[in-house]
Amino acid sequence: MKLDAKIPAGPLAQKWDKHKASIKLVNPSNKRKYEVIVVGTGLAGASAASSMAELGYVVKSFCIQDSPRRAHSVAAQGGINAAKNYQNDGDSVYRLFYDTIKGGDFRSREANVHRLAEVSVNIIDQCVAQGVPFAREYSGYLANRSFGGAQVSRTFYARGQTGQQLLLGAYQALMRQVGLGQVTLVPRTEMLELVVVNGHAKGIVVRDMVTGRISSHSADAVVLASGGYGNAYYLSTYGRGSNATAIWRAYKKGALFANPCFTQIHPTCIPVTGDYQSKLTLMSESLRNDGRVWVPKKKGDKRSPSEIPEDERDYYLERKYPSYGNLAPRDISSRAAKQVCDEGRGVGESGLGVYLDFSDAIQRLGRAKIEERYGNLFDMYHEITHENAYKSPMRIFPAIHYTMGGLWVDYNLMSNLPGLYVLGEANFSDHGANRLGASALMQGLADGYFVLPYTIGDYLASQKPGSRPKPDAAEFKQAEQETSERIQKLLAIRGKKTITEFHKQLGRILWEHCGMTRSEKSLKEALAQIPPLREEFWKNVNVPGEGEELNQSLERAGRVADYLELAELIVYDALMRDESCGCHFREEHKTEDGECQRNDEQYAYVAAWEFTGVGKTPTLNKEPLVYEEVHLAQRSYK
Amino acid sequence: MNVTLRVWRQRNAEAPGRFETYEAKDINPNMSFLEMLDVVNEDLTRRGQGPIAFDHDCREGICGMCSCVINGEPHGPEYKVATCQTYMRSFHDGETITVEPFRSRAFPLIKDLVVNRSAFDRIIQAGGFVSVSTGSAPDGNAIPVPKQNADLAMDAAACIGCGACVAACKNASAMLFVAAKVSHLNLLPQGRPEKEKRVLAMVEQMDEEGFGACTVTGSCEAVCPKGIGLSFIAKMNRDYFGALLKMGRGRPATVET
Amino acid sequence: MLVRLFTTSLGKKFLMAITGAGLFLFVIGHLLGNLQIFLGPEAINRYGHFLQTTPEILWPARIGLLVFVGIHIWSSISLTLENRAARGTPYDVKEVVDATLASRTMIWSGLIIFAFVCFHLAHYTLLIVHPEFRDLHDANGWHDIYRMMVLGFSNGWVSGFYILSIGLLCFHLSHGASAMFQSLGLQNAVYETLIDRLATVAAVVIFLGYISIPLAVLAGAVK
Ligand SMILES: Cc1cc2nc3c(=O)[nH]c(=O)nc-3n(C[C@H](O)[C@H](O)[C@H](O)COP(=O)(O)OP(=O)(O)OC[C@H]3O[C@@H](n4cnc5c(N)ncnc54)[C@H](O)[C@@H]3O)c2cc1C
Ligand code: HEM
Ligand code: HEM
Ligand code: SF4
Ligand code: F3S
Ligand code: FES
Repeated sequence: MKLDAKIPAGPLAQKWDKHKASIKLVNPSNKRKYEVIVVGTGLAGASAASSMAELGYVVKSFCIQDSPRRAHSVAAQGGINAAKNYQNDGDSVYRLFYDTIKGGDFRSREANVHRLAEVSVNIIDQCVAQGVPFAREYSGYLANRSFGGAQVSRTFYARGQTGQQLLLGAYQALMRQVGLGQVTLVPRTEMLELVVVNGHAKGIVVRDMVTGRISSHSADAVVLASGGYGNAYYLSTYGRGSNATAIWRAYKKGALFANPCFTQIHPTCIPVTGDYQSKLTLMSESLRNDGRVWVPKKKGDKRSPSEIPEDERDYYLERKYPSYGNLAPRDISSRAAKQVCDEGRGVGESGLGVYLDFSDAIQRLGRAKIEERYGNLFDMYHEITHENAYKSPMRIFPAIHYTMGGLWVDYNLMSNLPGLYVLGEANFSDHGANRLGASALMQGLADGYFVLPYTIGDYLASQKPGSRPKPDAAEFKQAEQETSERIQKLLAIRGKKTITEFHKQLGRILWEHCGMTRSEKSLKEALAQIPPLREEFWKNVNVPGEGEELNQSLERAGRVADYLELAELIVYDALMRDESCGCHFREEHKTEDGECQRNDEQYAYVAAWEFTGVGKTPTLNKEPLVYEEVHLAQRSYK
Repeated sequence: MNVTLRVWRQRNAEAPGRFETYEAKDINPNMSFLEMLDVVNEDLTRRGQGPIAFDHDCREGICGMCSCVINGEPHGPEYKVATCQTYMRSFHDGETITVEPFRSRAFPLIKDLVVNRSAFDRIIQAGGFVSVSTGSAPDGNAIPVPKQNADLAMDAAACIGCGACVAACKNASAMLFVAAKVSHLNLLPQGRPEKEKRVLAMVEQMDEEGFGACTVTGSCEAVCPKGIGLSFIAKMNRDYFGALLKMGRGRPATVET
Repeated sequence: MLVRLFTTSLGKKFLMAITGAGLFLFVIGHLLGNLQIFLGPEAINRYGHFLQTTPEILWPARIGLLVFVGIHIWSSISLTLENRAARGTPYDVKEVVDATLASRTMIWSGLIIFAFVCFHLAHYTLLIVHPEFRDLHDANGWHDIYRMMVLGFSNGWVSGFYILSIGLLCFHLSHGASAMFQSLGLQNAVYETLIDRLATVAAVVIFLGYISIPLAVLAGAVK
């Protein structure tokens, strides 16, 4: 398939303005004749839905939680980047652009990333106007902190609850439009099918999670903002409800899935304590501003941290990456942690953990300051581990946290299926092979507030008003049929193994064979293990209850069924990409000092996969990455 | 450790509900309360019985989805934490734990421990926002906000909309939730222009949803996982009467009803 | 605007607090008036005579009181009913989190106070209980309130009932006197605890002040 990214011509810095000036517009009186479906109410979905409603489009907004305000964006802690340069420390749109490209290890699309950096400044303005209570200096002006992968202080934050506050801003804008009747809100409803009519995405089939009722909704365009698919790994920092279903069904209906193997592993999470554990908790990266990461120099040193003298500690990040130190990017910090643990120098009973030590910072700034900056994180750590991080260092370990991969979209955020737009973490996005901290919130809001509202007009203008199919068209009935049958099939199995058992097993396969490091051998191993597990699932899973009621087991079963297919695609992609880049570390390709060894000649492209049938090898489509501005360099944070 | 659970089971809003008793054996004290429920559910599933339905998502105390009344206390025994951050070490071996859903007329029960809190969304729709459309915002630093105000607004904005305040209040009053949102926006210069309109409309909607009134008993503050304080209720009252006075003084009525 | 005061929950709370505050002030004023009994018959009887012979003060006060009590009771009852309805299904485990007994029983303490006031009016104002009190007159020919009180309270049962009721009133005020600040929005994080303490102190002082009278009579200190 020929992939056209529709990147506008002209100099990088002018592409977006030129594009906005040249794309088609929908005349104001016609906007109300167009209906748009938005799946998801996270930062991307809520901002898109409210902004489009403000323009006059008729919007239907779906989410699986009981309220849009609970979308997983709410859990984001650390902050959001913007090239405001309020600190006068030499930040600029170009620097944010370059940091992001470099952070992504030169596997993202230049034009998109530059646009992201351009609109980042408007995001902060918009959020402040909405009443987002960003942290402020005594002057009353906005405060900033620094985040991984950057040498400027450009991260805006609201205590440790930045995502929550930004989401509330978008949610309130959305609620305003619901109140005005411009948006119809459909919570506790799960999208189970994308409906394609004559090659265009024209609607979805959903299940009412309370009554179990299956129904169809048609529209002139469909926007997916359903978040990331990291829960395929079972243990992750995602909310338990986060899932891949929406984008996976779209993939099976012909949308391309790009770079699925680019899954981010966050270096600062609370280590696993037992197999009853249902999720992993992130300790915001912002902690690395003041915390120092170390492990004992000696193998298997089981002394308590306080007993280990300074000269027997290895501050390995500061040693290996003097200029970035503890703020080295996530993929690098995570691998470094894995390395020292593999050497047997990990801490905690499991030996799977490293220390994040605040004693210096507390001495330097005083406990009060640290409390003010990270109080809620220290509390959270205490609740979970029952340890006091003011006294003894935190124990942290990497965990699955974000997926750079997602549905393929062009410059307009439209997938290869006309009329299907994909926003936020759900698209393959602007983060290449590794996302920098505080950039996902930025991207979600950029997509929803400042990109889609312009670009969707370009498509809608080409659709005759009122030309959308009725929800009782044959294609919809067909999709409803398939959905119900699938549900009945799951409920009919009544096997021996629980859904969780399957999910945990799949998670272990992915984590061990396609996690922080990957190799041809491990990946082939995974490819051998996944299909049998999938078959067993469809024979032996136990899904209690019925379809026509609130049935959380059924919901989970459907999602795990999708993971069992998605996992295979993740591994295919990892196996195909025979290079190391960003989060994707292939044992076969490392520099002498153990860093990623990219192969730009052969792999400087986006891998966009095409569905060919469950268990069948998907077709690979390549979108070459053309760099007009930056020249590809070996990434160095030394 | 082992505990005995008395859990409210109710198939749906219409069906009659009752307490079922379950044994949770060799529980790890470091499990969260919800992980303990997971274990019980796994067991129920294996034994071919319906697992207990309960709301949850983030499991780190920020989404506001989890909503259990544990031994009569919304979000359980610990101070300033949500149900999902309640750990089994807070209970003692052999204890019998009673688990009920949030109870309020305005929160109709959906199933077992799951209730419908859409009333909160409708209160926000009534006025819990700043009417600024995308693109029309001035520079973020154009209007400085005194740090104290920003911090106080943040204290209020920390509300996760869980509804525990309603569940705990003897009058099932939503005052703390509404006060938190009203205060968050009214404290900031960006929210001032709609100050009166906002508080009048949100209080109106709150009453319409059938929440009770506040008799200043303070249970809400005690169970709030984010420690939202009663003083915000006082502030909302102040804003409300301020708004009434302004209307009284023949100011153009600032709320459409 | 005025409509909202009677229709919205916050409006009713406002009325309740305002009337409550008014009644609170009356209770204090009335206490001061009554304490004159310790200054001897002369003083208190003059006070009573003054009140009775200056209707331009007495009647507005009475009417005001009537209206206040009326509004106070109406709002409290209508809110209490709404609040009951708001819970729906009750909890099985009725755990009270951090709420004082006084705060949870305002309606009951209130209603009993009301009953007391009715008896009290019959007792000392309308003189239904002891019509013979009407003929008590002192040297100046004024109505001898002093003797009336002494006679009234020398009955242990009556004194007991007064003391009990006044106890309840002060119980009511121990919460009410701080709650009204919250309801009127005259409260913030800084004063919160201070106001709570002052309310308790006020309640105790009022209690001691009032009961000192029947006690003094029973003890024979006042005769
Ligand atoms: C713990 C944590 C901390 C983070 N911290 C930061 C940070 O500090 N800075 C930063 O920039 N990024 C951070 N991130 C990443 C960032 O939060 C997310 O990438 C981003 O919020 C995703 O937003 P979204 O709108 O794309 O998706 P989400 O916010 O995940 O929203 C998904 C929406 O889709 C809906 N949905 C999903 N599936 C379906 C379906 N089948 N049918 C209907 N609806 C569906 C859900 O209900 C939800 O409303 C963090 C992530 C985590 C997990
Ligand atoms: C001399 C008599 C009384 C005094 C001085 C008094 C005083 C007060 C005060 C100051 C309050 C606080 C108002 C608020 O909560 O904002 C109050 C509340 C209340 N009063 Fe009274 N009151 C009196 C009589 C009554 C009576 C007769 C009733 C009978 C129904 C009553 C019922 C209540 C109730 C139910 C509250 C509600 C508490 C609350 O909402 O916080 N009171 N009272
Ligand atoms: C020891 C306690 C008290 C004593 C000795 C006392 C005494 C009196 C007397 C002598 C009168 C009649 C005054 C007159 O008719 O000239 C009176 C009237 C009244 N008292 Fe009390 N009182 C006491 C407590 C209270 C309390 C606690 C309340 C209220 C809760 C109260 C409310 C009233 C009212 C409303 C009147 C009617 C005032 C009027 O309109 O004439 N009294 N009291
Ligand atoms: S005020 Fe507290 S208890 Fe009430 S909804 Fe908000 S967070 Fe929950
Ligand atoms: S518990 Fe209820 S009575 Fe008021 S103080 Fe809180 S709302
Ligand atoms: S599950 Fe999100 S707050 Fe408890």
